[in-house]
Amino acid sequence: MTAGVVQTGSGEGPADASAVEGEYTRMRWPQLIWSSTKARAGIILLLLFVLVALLAPVIAPYEGTRSDFGALLPPSGDHLLGTTSQGGDIFSQLIYGSRISLTVGLFGGLVSTAIALIIGMWSGYKEGTVTDDILSFITNVAIVVPVLPLMIVLIAYSEVRGVPLMVFVIGITSWAGHARAKRSQIITLRNRDFVTAAKFAGEGRIFREIMPSMTSLVAAGFVGAATGAIGAEAGLSFLGLGDPNTVSWGTMLYQADAQGAVAQGLWLWVLAPGLVLALLITSLTFINFGVDLLSNPHLRED
Amino acid sequence: MRYFTRKIVFFLATLWAAITLNFIIPRLQPGDPAEVMVQKLAGKDAQLNPAAVEAMRAMLGAPEGSLFEQYIAYLKALSQGDFGISYTYYPYPVTEVIGQALPWTLVLVGVTQILAFVIGVTLGAYAAWRRNTRFDSIVTLGSTFLGTLPSFWIALLLLFVFGYTTGWFPTGGGYSSTSPGLNVAFLGDAAYHSLLPALSLLISAPIGWILGMRNTMIMNLGEDYIRLAKAKGLPDRVVALRYAARNALLPSVTGFAIALGGVLGGSILVEKIYDYPGMGRLMDEAIGNRDFPLLQALLLFIIVGVLLANLIADLLYGVLDPRVRRAES
Repeated sequence: MTAGVVQTGSGEGPADASAVEGEYTRMRWPQLIWSSTKARAGIILLLLFVLVALLAPVIAPYEGTRSDFGALLPPSGDHLLGTTSQGGDIFSQLIYGSRISLTVGLFGGLVSTAIALIIGMWSGYKEGTVTDDILSFITNVAIVVPVLPLMIVLIAYSEVRGVPLMVFVIGITSWAGHARAKRSQIITLRNRDFVTAAKFAGEGRIFREIMPSMTSLVAAGFVGAATGAIGAEAGLSFLGLGDPNTVSWGTMLYQADAQGAVAQGLWLWVLAPGLVLALLITSLTFINFGVDLLSNPHLRED
Repeated sequence: MRYFTRKIVFFLATLWAAITLNFIIPRLQPGDPAEVMVQKLAGKDAQLNPAAVEAMRAMLGAPEGSLFEQYIAYLKALSQGDFGISYTYYPYPVTEVIGQALPWTLVLVGVTQILAFVIGVTLGAYAAWRRNTRFDSIVTLGSTFLGTLPSFWIALLLLFVFGYTTGWFPTGGGYSSTSPGLNVAFLGDAAYHSLLPALSLLISAPIGWILGMRNTMIMNLGEDYIRLAKAKGLPDRVVALRYAARNALLPSVTGFAIALGGVLGGSILVEKIYDYPGMGRLMDEAIGNRDFPLLQALLLFIIVGVLLANLIADLLYGVLDPRVRRAES
């Protein structure tokens, strides 16, 4: 936080009203989110997932991709959740699977948010021009086109499978709703006095002036996009579109379904990956309750 | 009138964009698409069979000529309903394969979507009316919780509990002993088979409507005309239903197409799990067999379906809400 204050001081010209406002929101940010019990629970849960993903080699008894154990062993001290029909250790796969979900969530969310920011802000800033018409049309098309079938076709054509492809495909298909919100926010913001004032300081400054006021919406959009990306990865992997050489919760469920785990009553194999997936999504949903406090002051009173 | 023209123009423009996108996607990969596809089918290291490449060219349509000429030929084929031949169901044309599956998905997704709308809007409106009561918090927290569960995982659990463990419902397929036809026995059988898949979709589908309706309704309840209606001494039920809910319903109509896209996406996963003979299972098969003609035609069909639903919702919105029409002209 101190670093942030120093930065403002070294900025060109005197610290005007908008810079102070930006600093103010940035300072209050963590406190505001932390003040929500749900958000606090969400953050702690998410940190737990991050910790597990980072320490996977320490926590997991075996490599996630190892599959030379006996098939369908019941839960025991050696295999906490038993093994799959290909001889993989379910517990180790679960631990290593968190890495894929978190990576896709982080980078898929980032790519999607970046595209939404660029298109939404550009479109809103050029409101009423042909540029805006074209960008708005693209956004509206991207909103109505169903995402999952489009992602499926894009991935199906690709020769290489894996996390970078997932991130790319999820990023370029799921930015539209966020972009539209960003556009309308820019339109209301650009007519505010402090932005008009900034306009006299030269065109280049305007985005820098507007950005701080948008941070809460950007954050909310990012958490939403990351949640969507995690769900999309699971769904796509469940359809067999994941990297066959890695273990994710989606590929675990794909294997379970393909090997008839449901029919054979191997409920641990089906239950465990879905449960951790739901827990991770819950943690992000809870964090979003906190982020909502930033953009919607009415919620703060309770 | 301008409102309706604008919406129809948007529909046509989106349709064109979707058709063009469908043309571009296979051509994004480097190299000759026909060669690349045959290589994919044969495996990485296999020798290319010139005859197979030629056949693939014929199927992809007019590979010779500039990209523009290919595009024209592609549009021409589409206008004649020619989507190519499916690899999986060779030698049947893709349109015929999809035609078989379409009614199944149409009924499954259509019924769930409408039920989700009715359930969602009703629960949302009632929760807003009884704001901050126990009913409200149960509905709001319940939907938030259910919203975090992946829909295909719910489908797997339902299949496990109600299909295999208790044996109350069939574990897969669209029908069993009966033969397809418009008779009571078959329709009953099909409905029985579609119950679990529909339930899997229905658990998460109303959530968007619930939360959206609740928000708009709460906003509407603070408006002056509600206060006036109450001051006039109108019964609570009339104020809630005919004044607040009626107006809050309007924005929900515009979300219809986006929600439909979500349910359609979910149905791909759910149909795979229940081996349901619709377009979703077809898509899963197409992925497994790298059946690109089928995959692309399915994508186009799904997009066009959602666009049509969107158009209908937009037009309906214009009819229902005169303010929209006036604002645009």
